[in-house]
Amino acid sequence: MALHFELVTPARLVRSEDVHMVVVPGTEGEFGVLEGHAPFMSTIRDGAVQVYAKEGAEPELIEVRGGFAEVGENGLTVLAEKIEE
Amino acid sequence: MASLKELKDRIGSVKSTQKITKAKQMVAAAKLRRAQSAAEAARPYAERLSTVMASLATKVSGDSAPKLLAGTGSNQRHLLVVVNTDKGLCGGLNSNIVKEAKLQAKKLIAEGKDVQFYLVGKKGRAPIKRDYANKIAKHFDTSNVKTPGFEEADAVADELIAMFEEGVFDVAHLVAPTFQSALVQNPTTSQLIPVPSPEGSAGGDAVVEYEPGEEEILEELLPRYVKTQIFGALLEREASEQGASMTAMDNATRNAGDLINKLTIQYNRSRQAAITTELIEIIAGAEAL
Repeated sequence: MALHFELVTPARLVRSEDVHMVVVPGTEGEFGVLEGHAPFMSTIRDGAVQVYAKEGAEPELIEVRGGFAEVGENGLTVLAEKIEE
Repeated sequence: MASLKELKDRIGSVKSTQKITKAKQMVAAAKLRRAQSAAEAARPYAERLSTVMASLATKVSGDSAPKLLAGTGSNQRHLLVVVNTDKGLCGGLNSNIVKEAKLQAKKLIAEGKDVQFYLVGKKGRAPIKRDYANKIAKHFDTSNVKTPGFEEADAVADELIAMFEEGVFDVAHLVAPTFQSALVQNPTTSQLIPVPSPEGSAGGDAVVEYEPGEEEILEELLPRYVKTQIFGALLEREASEQGASMTAMDNATRNAGDLINKLTIQYNRSRQAAITTELIEIIAGAEAL
């Protein structure tokens, strides 16, 4: 059971991989996305996207700035204006 | 007939010109590769953004649509956003862009519309100023950064949207080169504001939940779409500039080579003629004794 996660910025495709869960900082609160999530779209605020590669694993944090997240049939796509590295 | 010394100097000067054009060609070739991969890297974002746009725009329509999508309701004042390069030495690229911009301006003026220009890049200023000196609304300088990135696109888009909201113009068009190959970079015009309604399917009938709401998301998405559009144009410009520069410099190098060959032949002929004359003089002198 894996969720296809893509993180895209105008400069490049940052991530495209299968993960267990991603927690996205939405404007109206954080939300976690697992596989089979209902179609959903939200704008995001500046903050960290937490990527859980495996169940129970330590999350990997990616700081993003502005943009929005879309959950569709083919997984989660986060379109961020910028990422902080 | 030029003297031997003059010919020699001439050959030397053409040779050093050739060296410069050759170096510029090589630099352009290296930069082209980088510019091309940057343009490719930006594609996924633009693609995903337009699919999201398409699915949202079909849902939010009618009176509730934001101004950026629906327009001001008028079609009188047009703004031409012309994207030129900052540096020369790239053949006919800039004059082609300017030509396209002037053509669009002429067409719009013939229809009785008001036209204004918003110029990005240095090289479009002088030629457009010559014909439409009082119609230039603004310049945007990109020459102080090495490679224009998303920040510049952001700044341009913010300025454009602010102008739109102040009611400076009703419709904005983007005139920018599209990179096809190192040999072909055609300038194209596309509508920027109001954002043209994307065509295509609404991406399935799945019930999508929106947070905060459809309109709020669309309102945030539209400026982003304009930014992406301009960012794309900047990347295309970069690739086009390098491509055109490479071709132009290749031609210049070849022409310099031809010229050097011609001058060398001329130089050798004159040298031989001089030797022959000298010999004749010596022989004639010896015979006279």
